[in-house]
Amino acid sequence: MYDLITGPLLWFSFIVCIGGVIIRLVYLFSLSRVKDRVLYNHADAGWGLRSLFHWLIPFAGSAMRMQPVFTFMGFVFHLSLLSVPLFLSAHNILWDENFGISLWSMPDRLADILSAVTIISGLFLFLRRLSRPEVRILSEVRDYILIIITILPFITGFLAYRQWGPYETIFIMHVLSGEMLLILIPFSKLSHMILFFFTRLFIGFEMGGRRGARSW
Amino acid sequence: MVDTVELNKLLDEYDSARIKTWLNICSRCGLCAEGCFYFLSHNRDPKLSPAYKVKKTLGEMYRKRVKADDRFFKECYEILWFQCTLCKRCSLYCPFGIDIASMMSIARNICMSQGVSPERLIEFTENSRKSGNHMGLPSEELIEVCEWMVEETEDEYRGVTIPIDKQGAKYMYTINPREVVFYPQDIGNAAVIFSIAEENWTIPSFGWDCTNLPMFAGDRAMAAKSVDNVYKKAQELDAEKILITECGHAYRSLAFEGPYMTGQSDGKPPVDVIHYVQLIDEYLKEGRLKIDPEKIIKEPITYQDPCNVSRNGGLWEEARNIINYLAEDFRDMTPNRDHNHCCGGGGGIMPMGPDFKPGRMKAGRIKAEQIRETGAKIVIAPCHNCFDQIQDLGEKYELDIKVFSFKELLLETMIIPEKFKPDGKANEKD
Repeated sequence: MYDLITGPLLWFSFIVCIGGVIIRLVYLFSLSRVKDRVLYNHADAGWGLRSLFHWLIPFAGSAMRMQPVFTFMGFVFHLSLLSVPLFLSAHNILWDENFGISLWSMPDRLADILSAVTIISGLFLFLRRLSRPEVRILSEVRDYILIIITILPFITGFLAYRQWGPYETIFIMHVLSGEMLLILIPFSKLSHMILFFFTRLFIGFEMGGRRGARSW
Repeated sequence: MVDTVELNKLLDEYDSARIKTWLNICSRCGLCAEGCFYFLSHNRDPKLSPAYKVKKTLGEMYRKRVKADDRFFKECYEILWFQCTLCKRCSLYCPFGIDIASMMSIARNICMSQGVSPERLIEFTENSRKSGNHMGLPSEELIEVCEWMVEETEDEYRGVTIPIDKQGAKYMYTINPREVVFYPQDIGNAAVIFSIAEENWTIPSFGWDCTNLPMFAGDRAMAAKSVDNVYKKAQELDAEKILITECGHAYRSLAFEGPYMTGQSDGKPPVDVIHYVQLIDEYLKEGRLKIDPEKIIKEPITYQDPCNVSRNGGLWEEARNIINYLAEDFRDMTPNRDHNHCCGGGGGIMPMGPDFKPGRMKAGRIKAEQIRETGAKIVIAPCHNCFDQIQDLGEKYELDIKVFSFKELLLETMIIPEKFKPDGKANEKD
C-alpha cells in the first residue's frame, strides 16, 4: 500500500496535475488566438505587471483595504499553503531520493506552525463563506468541499508529525489527500493558481493598454 | 418562444478564452460586492453582488443552453438592465480582475437576440436604424437648430459660426441628439468656445450622433452601424479627429468598443477619438482660452467622474486641471477618479423614461450621499446621463446643488477677446 501510493500513484498525480494544466493552457491559448484579439492588441507589459503586483502585494489594491481581516487571512492561507509542501524537510528528502533534487528546507518547528496556520485560515475562509450573505449566496456545495480537500493534507500532516492517532492510517490519508489535491488543480477552481496570472495580466491590458486606466 | 438556434450560435460565438476562464475560476469570494453601488445602496442585498448577477445570467445561459425558457430571460431582463449600469467598478474589486461588466454586456446581447430588451431602448435602436440618430431626427432639423443657435449668440458675441460638413477640419464634432431636442444651447455654447479658440471644426450633417443606445439595448449589429456612421463620415470629410461632446458612453463606444464592433484589426478607431474634457484641458493649457480672474467661481464645487470618462476612459486628471482654472474651492468626492461611483443613470437606464425613475433614485443614494458630504453647491458632470441623474438626485435628496456642464461654466468665466465682442454691426453677418 505504502509503495503504491508513494510510487506509481504519486507519479500519476504529478502527471495529471502538470499535464492537465499544460493541456488547459494550450487549449485556452489556441482559443484565444481566434477569439481574443483584444488580449493581444493591447498587450502592454507595464500595465500588465502593475495589475498583477497590485494583487500580489497585501493591501496594494484598494478593495483589499475594505476587508482587511479577509485579506490578511487570505494571504496567510495562500503563503502557508504553498510554502509547507515545497519546503518541508520530509518532502525534500523524498524529492532527493526520487529525483536527486531538493529545495531549501524549513525547520520542522516552522512547518508545524505553518500547517496549523493553513488549517486555521482555511477554516476561517470556510466560516466566512457560510456567514457573509453575499458570499454564501454564491457558494455551492463544491465550494465548501474544495476548502476541506485543500486543508485535508495539512490536517493529516499535522497529526502525522505529532504521531497523534493511528499513524499508519493518517499517513496514508495524508498522501492520498495530497494526491487528490494535485489531481484537482487543473479541473477545479484551484486552477486559479495558474490562471490568476493570465486574468490579471489581461485586465491590466484591457484597462491600461486599451483605455489608459488602472485596474486595481 | 426561445430561438434556440440563435441562442446557441451566439453562445458559441462569445465563448472565448476570456469567458471560459472568467466563468471557471471565479472563486466566489464576494469581494466584487464591495465595488457595486447597487449592492451598497440596497443595504448590501446579496442578490445584487456582481458575481451573483453574472452567475444568474451569463453563467446560467452557458449552463442551461437550450433549456433556457422565456421565464429565464425575464429574470435576466430584470438583472441585466435594472441591477447593473455596466459601470465596471466591480472589476477593480475582483482579485482576479474578472471583467464582470463585459459579461453583463454579452448577456444583454444574448437577451436582445431573444427579443428581450427594454422597450424604449428598442425604440431608440429602431430610430437609429432609420435615421442614423437615436431620436430619429432628419438632417434638416439639426441644421436648422445650428442656424438658430448661431443667431442666438449674436447678442453677446461676434463671428460665431457652425460649419456644416466642412472638409479637412481638425475636429469633426459629434453630439448627443438630446442636445438638438432638449439642450440646443449646448450646441451654441460649443460654437462659441470653438470660435473664440479659432478652431478648425465642423458638425457633420450625418453621422453626428456620437451616442450608442443600441449598444446598451444589446443590438450588436446596429451598435456597430452607429459607430460606423461616425467613422465613415469622419473619413469622408477627411477630419483629423472625432471630437465627442460631454457624453460618457459615447466615448466608450467610439474610442474603445467601436473598433471591435466594426472589425478594426488593431483594435483602434480608424480616426482618433477625443473627449470634450481633453479639448478644454488643451485649450486652457495652451492659453487659447483664458479665464477671467474676476469671474473665477467661489462657491464650493465638486466633480462627477462619469464611469465611461474616468474609470473606463482614463481621463480623470484632465477635468481636475480644468477645474483648477475655473474655481477656487474644489472639493473632490470620496471615493473619486477611477473609483468613483456610478451616478445610477448609466448603462442606458436614463433614457428609458420616467417609469424607471424610482429605481434610479434608490440606486443613486450612494451618489447623493457622496455629493452631500462634499458640501458643494455646484456639481460638474461632463456626461448627459450623469447630468440628468444628478439633477434628479438633487431634488429627491434635497441636496441644494446646481449641475453644470463644462461648456456652461466656461462661457460664464472665460475672457471674451475684443474682436469677438458685439459692436454696432453685431447683427450683420460676415
